[in-house]
Amino acid sequence: MSSFSVTEPSKRSKWVAGTLVITYALITMIPLVWILLTGFKSPADAISYPPKVVFDPTLEGYVNLFTTRTRQTQEFLDANPPQNWADDIVRQYDMVIVGPSKFGERFMNSVIIGFGSTFLSIFLGTLAAYAFSRFKVPLKDDLLFFILSTRMMPPVAVAIPIFLMFRNLGLSDTHLGMILLYTGVNISLAVWLLKGFIDEIPREYEEAALIDGYTRFQAFYKVVLPQAATGIASTAIFCLIFAWNEYAFAVLLTSATAQTAPPFIPTIIGVGGLDWPAVAAGATIFLIPVMVFTILMRKHLLRGITFGAVRK
Amino acid sequence: MAQIVVKNVKKMFGDFTAVRESSFTIEDGEFFMLLGPSGCGKTTTLRMIAGLELPTSGEIYLDGEEISQRPPSERDIAFVFQMFALYPHMNVRKNISYPLISQGMPRAEVKAKVNEVAGILGIHDILDSPVGGLSGGDRQRVALGRAIVREPKAFMMDEPLGALDAEFREHMAEELRGLHDRMGATTVYVTHDQLEAMQMGDKIVVMNNAVIEQFGTPQEIYDKPATMFVADFIGSPSMNFLSFQGNVEPGSDMVRLNGHDEAVPQSLEAAEGELVFGVRPEHVFLSDNSSYRAKVLAAEYLGTTQIVTLQSPNGELKARIDARDTVSPGETVGLEFRSAMVTLFEQSTGRALRSVLNNEVLTNG
Repeated sequence: MSSFSVTEPSKRSKWVAGTLVITYALITMIPLVWILLTGFKSPADAISYPPKVVFDPTLEGYVNLFTTRTRQTQEFLDANPPQNWADDIVRQYDMVIVGPSKFGERFMNSVIIGFGSTFLSIFLGTLAAYAFSRFKVPLKDDLLFFILSTRMMPPVAVAIPIFLMFRNLGLSDTHLGMILLYTGVNISLAVWLLKGFIDEIPREYEEAALIDGYTRFQAFYKVVLPQAATGIASTAIFCLIFAWNEYAFAVLLTSATAQTAPPFIPTIIGVGGLDWPAVAAGATIFLIPVMVFTILMRKHLLRGITFGAVRK
Repeated sequence: MAQIVVKNVKKMFGDFTAVRESSFTIEDGEFFMLLGPSGCGKTTTLRMIAGLELPTSGEIYLDGEEISQRPPSERDIAFVFQMFALYPHMNVRKNISYPLISQGMPRAEVKAKVNEVAGILGIHDILDSPVGGLSGGDRQRVALGRAIVREPKAFMMDEPLGALDAEFREHMAEELRGLHDRMGATTVYVTHDQLEAMQMGDKIVVMNNAVIEQFGTPQEIYDKPATMFVADFIGSPSMNFLSFQGNVEPGSDMVRLNGHDEAVPQSLEAAEGELVFGVRPEHVFLSDNSSYRAKVLAAEYLGTTQIVTLQSPNGELKARIDARDTVSPGETVGLEFRSAMVTLFEQSTGRALRSVLNNEVLTNG
């Protein structure tokens, strides 16, 4: 045994690498931690300068996020004692809760549109990618380029035509419209990513299944799909993140029924002053589904983005 | 078990001809080798029999039934792939039972069948392990298990030993041949390894450039090659080719090689011009009496024999002689040939001239 090794990094370089990673992690996480903490601050604490790191946590932001409130006269307040802890919080401003806010609804819209368009992108993308990967498609290269070319400009560049198209088709402010729109944007990414993954799966697996007495479609979903699970999972994450965070189209095309959370959250600012804790609370809750989804798929994602780099 | 007849089968990929009109018959129970260098069309031929490629024209009969345009699932043929193609997301047992499940066989019966096959191949202990961690040999056995479990009419094997290391190949080759002899199933086996083909095959088809060069038993192909390609491809070291200008008549049994008369098997056709005198290294002898002289360039010692490389007036050649004979590089020796085993070729076409040695083989092929 010698103390020198080619493959094992030295103690020093390990230490440097570790420090760099931790520094980077801290820098990227500070905004997230800031949002998380602001969600639990009172409005006064949220805008205090210098910023407060230690503060009395309160659920005020969350209550404001989920409810609509009105200011009431002192008589009314005396006549109606607080019903619960949330009531207690708003009483300090002489307010009462009159009902839920739109946030829950908008959040559900985001879930329906985000996951709906992700599912559709993956479903269509997998089939298209399989066909491009395995069959002789006429004008294959041109078609693939055409599919990719939809990504060559920012999607918002075509916002006006899409707005007009949606209005004429009656798709404005509908869930279906937004699902189709996000699918349209994501499908090029899905086809290209998934084609790469499916190209890596040896054809012999399907051929073995064909020989073993399965039809082409059975071979596809019993043999190819399980093999492509990694690719599908990582592609799904990319699609979901895009559809989930999309702001510009959502502002333009949705208002009452199909509005998603991203355009809704900023509107909180306008209601009764700059309610930063409520905005931060909204952002925190909005982060959770993508975070959970990504953590669940973490293993696949890591393998997914480095897929093809190293031959097994 | 079945006879396979391939009749005028042709395969084009766009403008590229992968297999030119080819015909041959594989008898029931035969271990049949498709041999040739890579890109010669042997794998395409195999895939056409299995149904993974459809022929551009021609017919394939399995037990008298025309199957050339049927999907693979309707042919009852098993296929063993070079890289085994075991389903990576299933364990060994599931891999082997997969073809049976597709037929809708009841669970209990599947289980019994899989156990029976595992017994034949000696893989009982790995039935429940994932295929990922298996050694090359075990993967090979599982792939074989998946093929034999449904008792197909015929087996197609695409270089099944190609992915194994040399030591294990030998062992697996014996095992394969033994399995074939026990089951008596018609087997079509693709390889580029002439030794493997000679060692295991009952019959060999030698292909080159999309064309069948020769079709016959290993002995016929070795001793009576139909073309210079076959003579060169089979045997190690390969056949010696001494080129000369001359002519042969039907009935003549002598050729003039650089002014020396050399006996050859009686010719049955006429030819003149650039000819080639083909003789295997083991049919070349060193003899002081001979006036046909050559210079020794090198000698390789192989234990029981040695390979001597010589420079003759008609080109370089190799002789396989007894290891106890002493030859030293630089010396000049006389050469004699076993005249009964000589094949003459036409240089321009590479075709063997018909003689009493090969007439029967060439007219059949």
